[in-house]
Amino acid sequence: MKSYDAIVIGAGHNGLANAAFLAKAGLDVLVVEKNDYIGGATVSRELHEGWQYSNCSYVCSLFRPEIYQALDLGRHGLEVVPLQGGVTFKQNGDYYGNYHQPAIRRREIARHSKRDADAAIRFDADLMKWCRLIRGFLLRTPPDPASFKIRDAMEFASLLKSFYSLSESQIYEFIRFFTMSIAEYLEEYFESDVILAHFSGGSIIGTGLGVYSPGTAYVLLHHAMGDIDGNVGSWGFARGGMGSIAKAIASALQSYGGNIRTGAEVQEIKVRGRKARGVVLKSGEEISARVVVSNLDAKRTFLGIMNPKDLPEYVIRRAENFKIRGSSGKLNIALDGMPDFPALEKGSPLTLGHMHFTDTLERLERAYDDWKDDRWSADPYVDLVIPSQYDPTLAPAGKHMVSVFVQYCPVEAEGGWTEEKREAFGATVIDQIANYSPNFKDLILHVEIRTPSEIEAETGLTGGNIFQGELTLDQLMFNRPFPGYAQYRGPVKNMYMCGSSTHPGGGVMGAPGTNAAREILRDLGKVNTTPEDFGDD
Amino acid sequence: MEKHDFREVLQRSPFFPRADALSQVKVWSPWNGYQTARIYDTLASEYFAIRSSCSVFDMTPMGKYRITGPDAIRFLTRLVTRDISKLKPGRVTYVVWCNDEGQVLDDGTIFHLGDDGYRLCAQHNQLDWLLISALGMDVTIEEETHEVAALSVQGPTSYSVLEAAGIDGLQELKPFDIVNTFLDGFDVMVSRTGFTGDLGYELWVDPNDALALWDAIFGVKARGLYDVRPIGLEALEMVRIEAGFIVPGDDFNTAETAVRADRSRSPFELGLGWVVNFDKPYFTGKRALLEEHARPIKRRLVKLSTEGNKPPHDSFLYDGKNGQRIGTIKTAIWSPILKSNLAMAEVEYIKGKRPAEIWAQIYYQKELEWKVVWERCEISGKPFWNPPRRNATPPEPF
Ligand SMILES: Cc1cc2nc3c(=O)[nH]c(=O)nc-3n(C[C@H](O)[C@H](O)[C@H](O)COP(=O)(O)OP(=O)(O)OC[C@H]3O[C@@H](n4cnc5c(N)ncnc54)[C@H](O)[C@@H]3O)c2cc1C
Repeated sequence: MKSYDAIVIGAGHNGLANAAFLAKAGLDVLVVEKNDYIGGATVSRELHEGWQYSNCSYVCSLFRPEIYQALDLGRHGLEVVPLQGGVTFKQNGDYYGNYHQPAIRRREIARHSKRDADAAIRFDADLMKWCRLIRGFLLRTPPDPASFKIRDAMEFASLLKSFYSLSESQIYEFIRFFTMSIAEYLEEYFESDVILAHFSGGSIIGTGLGVYSPGTAYVLLHHAMGDIDGNVGSWGFARGGMGSIAKAIASALQSYGGNIRTGAEVQEIKVRGRKARGVVLKSGEEISARVVVSNLDAKRTFLGIMNPKDLPEYVIRRAENFKIRGSSGKLNIALDGMPDFPALEKGSPLTLGHMHFTDTLERLERAYDDWKDDRWSADPYVDLVIPSQYDPTLAPAGKHMVSVFVQYCPVEAEGGWTEEKREAFGATVIDQIANYSPNFKDLILHVEIRTPSEIEAETGLTGGNIFQGELTLDQLMFNRPFPGYAQYRGPVKNMYMCGSSTHPGGGVMGAPGTNAAREILRDLGKVNTTPEDFGDD
Repeated sequence: MEKHDFREVLQRSPFFPRADALSQVKVWSPWNGYQTARIYDTLASEYFAIRSSCSVFDMTPMGKYRITGPDAIRFLTRLVTRDISKLKPGRVTYVVWCNDEGQVLDDGTIFHLGDDGYRLCAQHNQLDWLLISALGMDVTIEEETHEVAALSVQGPTSYSVLEAAGIDGLQELKPFDIVNTFLDGFDVMVSRTGFTGDLGYELWVDPNDALALWDAIFGVKARGLYDVRPIGLEALEMVRIEAGFIVPGDDFNTAETAVRADRSRSPFELGLGWVVNFDKPYFTGKRALLEEHARPIKRRLVKLSTEGNKPPHDSFLYDGKNGQRIGTIKTAIWSPILKSNLAMAEVEYIKGKRPAEIWAQIYYQKELEWKVVWERCEISGKPFWNPPRRNATPPEPF
């Protein structure tokens, strides 16, 4: 029977990236994926005839350009087009337009508050300081602060060094930043309700936290630390949908001789003598390998596909307590034409970006309150994009593909999800949009409604948590997924983790998979094929 | 408030229709959100309009703030590093202001408008900082950038041109004086200020009167009396370096926009120690500046001239030919009037002392072929260009 050098469980973009760097180093690699298609939460499929749905992730910014370059993804078909515009509609018929040209954007902020227009300069510069600090650690293995190994000590020193490259007051600010709520953080800059609401949206996406919960300021950073061609904080559309990212990585992987098997769900990681030896598929088939890598989240990895008897009690307890609550829903909609937004002038570029319908922090917090009571938000926060305005491959000419990310949606609607409840959740979201777009409903040809439960069923993300685990300080850096296990190595030998449950966390970033590959190649004494950070200075 | 037209990405100043009509090459740049001419005709003709006849520059986009209320002077005293207690009504003064770390946020000018309070002109957007600084004071701060139209009329014949245009009261106006006068029934405020280091005036009007003001000035040319030319940002850049004026954002990073910890600068490092006064009441940044002042200075923004005829654009500076690297050029020009290369440069000081020698390694190209030369540099303690006509009162006719 054939034995591989490495088996990667899960063809999420991190599993694929991990496998690609291993294959590039000459290893014989197999990726096994439970679904009949690859990508995990980085996927695009034709779910309505003629339409490509990116039915999980929908915009790209975090994906590391170093990985893009190292795997030559441009030649493997990837293209990320920066998106423009963006708007938060107000209930009174007005809006804040987040124009992409700085001059008119500034004037637009000033329309709501002259002071805020100037405060935005301070805000941008401050956020950039934190971005710069954190970006340097994305493609690095977190040091273990409790370890006495030279490498850990050196890495920890380097972490401290960049920390102390901040000025004294910046250090205070940075520590505050990591522990603050986004509402309180933004209120130190802005006064206009709609400006506050617009800039806080990125802080609650995917989290089981509200705008007034401590720790949400960091989530803003997590959404702002990416870049497109050096423009830190800007987002883009992958041509062909987010699935193009997974496809390009898969194509790179195959070009290095790696293999992918879809429709191959792993039942269990085989462990003998405290060493991983391979995997057993649901079909009963066994495949052996020198190294086994899991792209699944920490809960599913340790509580799902590993036998408790193979694991230290600490790991089981940590996995049980791992915070991975789902809080997001998604609607994917095929439209017969471009919807009208009467508040906007015809031809306005603002529809080209993220569109929001929540104009105060209070409404955002109330949306969260519903979730805590296991209800979907009656007045939901919606991040709506229409990528077919740029991308001709997503819908027939003149028709549109609409991606609607929804915060908040509970894992279990009171008493459990039913078909009726799911429909009612969808209707709540569509009503929210239709309040600002009267012809929206008439244009609908097809809707896919996804609660955390559908997201989990498809991708395996526990609870439907989009980040493979909450992004709070207790689960970041050397705490991710658990203290003592942040360096991608599992609790048994030859077993590794490469999913978003590991540093630097969720989002279509590719960094966890790449960092894990670096550690694996190191352990195997192979040449390191993973890229180094481009560096900022 | 009325929504913006998304097609008008850049704002147009009230002078725009005239500027557009006179623009022969239609080369524009954004400046503080306004569509501003870089060049109207040719750089050389505009430069010499400033130095040999009369130039007109639309400076409406310059950030302007009105400061009024009982605590206005207390507020400004607290804000800026300079002692402004002796600033009289009808006078203007140059100032800088810092954050608590004594790092420069911006530079600008304060106009004492008498009963109408003060106008602060700034390079960068400052409303947020001004309001933060006003905490606990009985003062009103309003941005009036868009409510005041302004033209800068500069050059040896600027006085004659304005007089011919019908603007009175300039005869006795001294540098940094302000006069309120009338032209064809509308109010014009004139200050003898500018960014060129030459004889010149700045004229401030209600935007509704902007075109009438422009027409009165250019009417002097139409009547065949004196040449008057509009100038763009590029000519201004040349003359401001000759005059030794610094531009925040070009010559140094302002503290608010600096991201890296060592990228902001103190007034001492910018050569602006002369506007820092430790004897005045407390001002923001004083403590940090006192501490800094007690230590040897680490680096200085200097006015630098280099030998030869190749401006040291983007050059590194060394302490000798092929020596240690000790600095960089920020901005550089060839000065047509001085026939010399002039630059703003940042130079490292050792034990508080400037390097004994400074050399620039200059890359230049002729017909797409790149070459490199070494040239000796010299620091100038004074503005490169400061002609007597700049300050003569009454001004000379040309
Ligand atoms: C609705 C939604 C919207 C999002 N929007 C964005 C966005 O716009 N931008 C962004 O950057 N990020 C977004 N994210 C987050 C981002 O998509 C994820 O964090 C990221 O894709 C996770 O990648 P991964 O490779 O770590 O894991 P996953 O994508 O979760 O991959 C795990 C893979 O393992 C497979 N698998 C599971 N169990 C087994 C098994 N037993 N055997 C074999 N295979 C198995 C799964 O099918 C899956 O393919 C979103 C996520 C969701 C859910």
